[in-house]
Amino acid sequence: MTPPTNKTIITVVGKDTIGIIAKVCTYLADNQVNIEDISQTIVQSYFTMMMIADTSRLSKPFGEMVRELEELGDEIGVRILCQHEEIFTKMHRI
Amino acid sequence: MITMFEVNETNQMIEQEKLDVRTITMGISLLDCCDADLDTLNQNIYEKITRTARNLVAVGREIELEYGIPIVNQRISVTPIALVGGGACTCPEDFVTIAKTLDEAAKATGVNFLGGYSALVSKGMTPADEHLISSIPMALASTERVCSSVNVGSTKTGINMDAVRKMGEIVKATAEATADENSAGCAKLVVFCNAPDDNPFMAGAYHGVTEADAVIHVGVSGPGVIKRALEEVRGENFEVLCETVKKTAFKVTRAGQLVAQEASRRLGVPFGIVDLSLAPTPAVGDSVAEILEEMGLESVGAPGTTAALALLNDQVKKGGVMASSFVGGLSGAFIPVSEDQGMIDAVNRGALTIEKLEAMTCVCSVGLDMIAVPGTTSAATIAGIIADEAAIGMINQKTTAVRLIPVIGKDVGDTVEFGGLLGHAPVQQVNTFGCEDFINRGGRIPAPIHSFKN
Repeated sequence: MTPPTNKTIITVVGKDTIGIIAKVCTYLADNQVNIEDISQTIVQSYFTMMMIADTSRLSKPFGEMVRELEELGDEIGVRILCQHEEIFTKMHRI
Repeated sequence: MITMFEVNETNQMIEQEKLDVRTITMGISLLDCCDADLDTLNQNIYEKITRTARNLVAVGREIELEYGIPIVNQRISVTPIALVGGGACTCPEDFVTIAKTLDEAAKATGVNFLGGYSALVSKGMTPADEHLISSIPMALASTERVCSSVNVGSTKTGINMDAVRKMGEIVKATAEATADENSAGCAKLVVFCNAPDDNPFMAGAYHGVTEADAVIHVGVSGPGVIKRALEEVRGENFEVLCETVKKTAFKVTRAGQLVAQEASRRLGVPFGIVDLSLAPTPAVGDSVAEILEEMGLESVGAPGTTAALALLNDQVKKGGVMASSFVGGLSGAFIPVSEDQGMIDAVNRGALTIEKLEAMTCVCSVGLDMIAVPGTTSAATIAGIIADEAAIGMINQKTTAVRLIPVIGKDVGDTVEFGGLLGHAPVQQVNTFGCEDFINRGGRIPAPIHSFKN
C-alpha cells in the first residue's frame, strides 16, 4: 500500500569513490524513480549525498527498492538509506 | 523542503542513539467471545485474535522498512479475562485453559507478548476475579507470552486490601511456580493502582471495556536521544535543560505518531493513543538512569534524583503532548531496574535502594518495576510493598505499579539473568521488619479525600 505522499529521501553516506552518483542514479532510472533534488558534500573524503525523489511511478514494491539500494550500497562500499519523506517532515516541522 | 541537516539528525537518532518505536500494540475486545461453554469460549477467543491481528506483525515490518525506523515489538492486549471468562469458568483450572489459548493465539500471530490476563478488583472481587487471580501462577508457568495484571486500587475507590494480601501470595506463588527459570513468571505479572485502559506496554497492557472493538496504540522510546541532546547543554541552567528535553521529546513522539497513524491506516483499525514513554533497554546508551546522571548526578539514587526525574517526566509530557493528537497509556519515564544498565550499575555501587526507587515512583510514570528481591521475602512483605505503591498512586491520582521478582534460591548480592528485553538484575535488600498484622486486617482502605491537598 502506498502512503499519502510519494516523496522519498535517499541518503548515501560513506568513503568517496568513483561513480557513486552514477550507480545510484542508474538504479533509480531503471526503476522509474524521478530525482527532484540532489545535494552533496565531501568532508575529508567522506561522501554525503541526499536526494529527494518521486516514487509515484516506481515499478516495484517500496520495500524491495529499500533492500536493493542497501545491497547496491554494500557493493559500492557506502551506506544507502531510502525512507519515505514523512518521517523527516513530521519530526522537524510543526 | 527538508534539509540534509534534518535528515542526518533523524538518522543519527535512529542509528546511534537508539531511537525506536518500542511497540505497536493492538487492543482487541473479547467481550463478543463470551459463552457459557468453555470450549466454545476458547475457540471464539482464538478465532477473534488471530483474525483481527493477522496482519499486525507484517505491517509493523513494512513500516519499519519503509520509514527506516526500528519497531521493536508488536503486541496484543485483550479485554481483562476475568470479565470474558466469568460465565464459563468455575475454577482456576478453567481460566488456565484460556491462558493457553491466548498463548497459542500470540504464537500464531507472531507477537512476542499478549497482555490482558487480568482482573480489575479495586473495590471488590467477584468469584470469577478470585478464580482468575488464583490461576495466575499456574497460567504464567504454563504459557510463554501471556502477561497478567491486577488492578487493586484507584483514587476513586480506595485500595482493596484483600486483593493486596492475595497478590502478595500470588507473586510469591508465581515465583515458586517458575523457580527453574529464575522466577521469571513474576516479570510477566504487574499489580496496579489506577491502571490505564489503553496502555500499550507490557506486562500491564489490557484492553479496557470503554475501548472500541479493536484499536492501535503505539509506545515510543528514546532515552538515548534525550541523553545525547543533554550532552550539548552541560552546565546550562534549568530553563535550557527543560527546553532541550521538551524539544527532543517532541521529535521522538512525532515519529511515534506517524507510525501509529500509518499502522492504523494499513490495518484498517482505529488509532487509539501514543504513549509518551521513555522506555529503557539493557543496551548501553538506552538508559533513563544515564539521562539523570547527565543532568549532574554522580549516580542515580544520589540526593536530587527525585527532582531530576520529576523534571524529566514533566518535560517529556509537555513536548510529547503537542506532538500527538491523542496521548494516553502510562506516558512518562520508566524506571525498571533490570531493563536499564544505568539503574543496575547504581544498585551495584550501593547508590540506589528500593526506598529511593519508591520515592522516584511518586514523580514518574509507573512504579517499582523489575526489581529482584531475595526468594525468602515473605508474601506479607510483598503485599506491604504493593500497599505502599498503591497508596502513592491513590493519593497522588497517578498510575503506580509493582513488578517485584522474589527470586527463589537467590539472596542479596546474587545477580539474576532474565534474558532479552527483561535484562538482568542484582537481588536487592528488602526491609525485613514485619507487616503481617497490618496486611492481615482485611477489607478496604477508603477512597481519599479530594480536598485539603497538603
